[in-house]
Amino acid sequence: MARASKLSKFQSVRLNWLLPVVSPVAAIGLALLVGAILIAIAGVNPLRAYSVLFSEALLNYYGIGNTLTKMAPLLLTSLGVLVALKAGQFNIGGEGQIYMGGLGSAVIGLSIPGLPAIIHVPLALVGGFALGALWGLIPGYLKAMRGVNEVITTLLLNYVAQNLISYLVSGPLMAKNAPSPFSPAIAPSAQLPILLPQTQTHAGILIGLVATAILWGVLTFTPFGYQIEAVGQNPIAARYAGMPVRRTIMIAMALAGGLAGLAGAGEVTGLKYRLFENFSPGYGFDAIAIAILSRGNLAAIVFISLFFGALRSGASVMQRSAGVPVTVVYAIQGLTVLFIAISLVLERRLTLKLNQPPFPDS
Amino acid sequence: MSTSLNFFSDYLSASLRLSVPLAFAALGGLFSERSGVLNIGLEGMLLTGAFMSAAVTFYSNNGWVGILAAIAAGGLVGLLHAYLSVTLRVDQLVSGLAINLSVAGLTAFGSRLVFTTETTQKLPGIGVISLPGLSQIPILGSLLFNQDLLVYLLLLLIPLVTYLIFRTSLGLTLRAVGEYPRAADTAGVGVGQVRYVSVILSGCLAALGGAYLVLVHVRFFTEGISAGKGFIALAALIFGRWHPVYTVLACLLFGATEALQLRVQAFNLNIPYQFLTMLPYVIALLALVGLAGKSTPPAALGVPYVKESSED
Repeated sequence: MARASKLSKFQSVRLNWLLPVVSPVAAIGLALLVGAILIAIAGVNPLRAYSVLFSEALLNYYGIGNTLTKMAPLLLTSLGVLVALKAGQFNIGGEGQIYMGGLGSAVIGLSIPGLPAIIHVPLALVGGFALGALWGLIPGYLKAMRGVNEVITTLLLNYVAQNLISYLVSGPLMAKNAPSPFSPAIAPSAQLPILLPQTQTHAGILIGLVATAILWGVLTFTPFGYQIEAVGQNPIAARYAGMPVRRTIMIAMALAGGLAGLAGAGEVTGLKYRLFENFSPGYGFDAIAIAILSRGNLAAIVFISLFFGALRSGASVMQRSAGVPVTVVYAIQGLTVLFIAISLVLERRLTLKLNQPPFPDS
Repeated sequence: MSTSLNFFSDYLSASLRLSVPLAFAALGGLFSERSGVLNIGLEGMLLTGAFMSAAVTFYSNNGWVGILAAIAAGGLVGLLHAYLSVTLRVDQLVSGLAINLSVAGLTAFGSRLVFTTETTQKLPGIGVISLPGLSQIPILGSLLFNQDLLVYLLLLLIPLVTYLIFRTSLGLTLRAVGEYPRAADTAGVGVGQVRYVSVILSGCLAALGGAYLVLVHVRFFTEGISAGKGFIALAALIFGRWHPVYTVLACLLFGATEALQLRVQAFNLNIPYQFLTMLPYVIALLALVGLAGKSTPPAALGVPYVKESSED
């Protein structure tokens, strides 16, 4: 009997390791399957559509550039959602935080001419981080100090930020004689360098990867990282253990906003060089899906951001050459969350079953 | 009638028109959350109703068929939310979010298929029925009694839901399930069943809100037409302390704020329209902040119920 239970423990350890990989992959696979049905309904051969999408996004030089360009804001924003989630907070305000980050970097990029790039670029990024952090801190403060549910406040703040930017770029920050609402171009000294020649791939993706590494370090090795996890798992126990629960929640939310703010700053300083109205095509919402899919794993977040970036980058080509509306990709992204939610439950049941000793130990 | 009076009654009717989708969704949310199931998926359910009513009306050329389709589709989405959060015990926020994201994508895709660029859509609406006598009352008469059936249904629902929830044994059961499911279970109530019914109903109602938005208010469908109305309805629910009358009043407040935007623009006041667009969201935020700690949700809200005897 001892041997039997040892064996089952061995198996369950292996499965415990495998399942976190299997679930997201299965969820994405199922979502792609439903996507294939949708594409077929649109009257296109799904295999052809997908092969166009993925070969364009992952095998072609310009396509890869485009994928990485879209991956950068997705990665940074989903890191933000993840940090908040670790602290037990649902940050659905990534979209608004991206907008505020874009604003912060644009203001610095526009207002201080004559700085060397080595100072101006980091300053613009800091500006983006700061305004994004403010947009995360507000709901964090309201949650920690006033008990206001962060889910709805972050949601509502998205609309406030988006309208605020829209007002600014069609009013005080509008470029002279601009045909549509956008700001003047930021100073060249505030622009992020291009990584891949002849593509739009800017250094934002590097910022995202560095942020991932730093965040991993903070979460794994620092007392603050431990605090975040402790507060997220059981705020009451954390308080009894003497941890500053409220402060941890506020810092985590500010950090979340700041990371999303960096994403917005990257869009302005690396891609558009101007502040446009509605410049984020919903990256903040994709990021929620990515963070949920990643299940708190930072390596997974990089790969899933890459995948979502590839979907977005390949989709427009698929629309042009195969005639499938880009929106099918949004459906696929939403469905992955639906399927991961289901697969997590199945997985939990399976693990419980596997971890049960084959015979009662009495 | 003087112009200022005319303006006032115009403003009131615009406020009402803008509050109706919110009120339907919020009443839907009320059922779900009173039974203990968080429903952030209201946004997706409203959008489902908007799309289905538009698409089916477009094909059948009959608004009522569209409305029935919207109710059915909303109920199905509600069923999905119930299955995920009651049966599978998925985190209710995740389930709601998954619904919102999926519906946003699916309806955007669907609208590209149904409403191709060549077919300019101007959907047939549903007729206005003015109630004889009542509609002759100055201001309020034309406001309340010169409306379509959906508005009458809403007006009817407000006292009906209030009565149902606070004065009937069915309502008591619903509240018990949301407050203290274990006690309800011990008393022989099927907690899961009550939650299923409530969440499905919540989907139907939110979808009706979407159908009103599309068939009465704007008469066309575009991607993301729900524009956060489901979230504002949730804020109204909290602001209205999960009470039907106060919740609908909160919706009226948010609707009146949105209507301000249309009216002020007409007056050529020098307020950038973005601030007015932002206003309902800001008011909703302030309402939540001002009410912090004073509005208590049902005790079991968001907590999946596990029978003591059952093993996971």
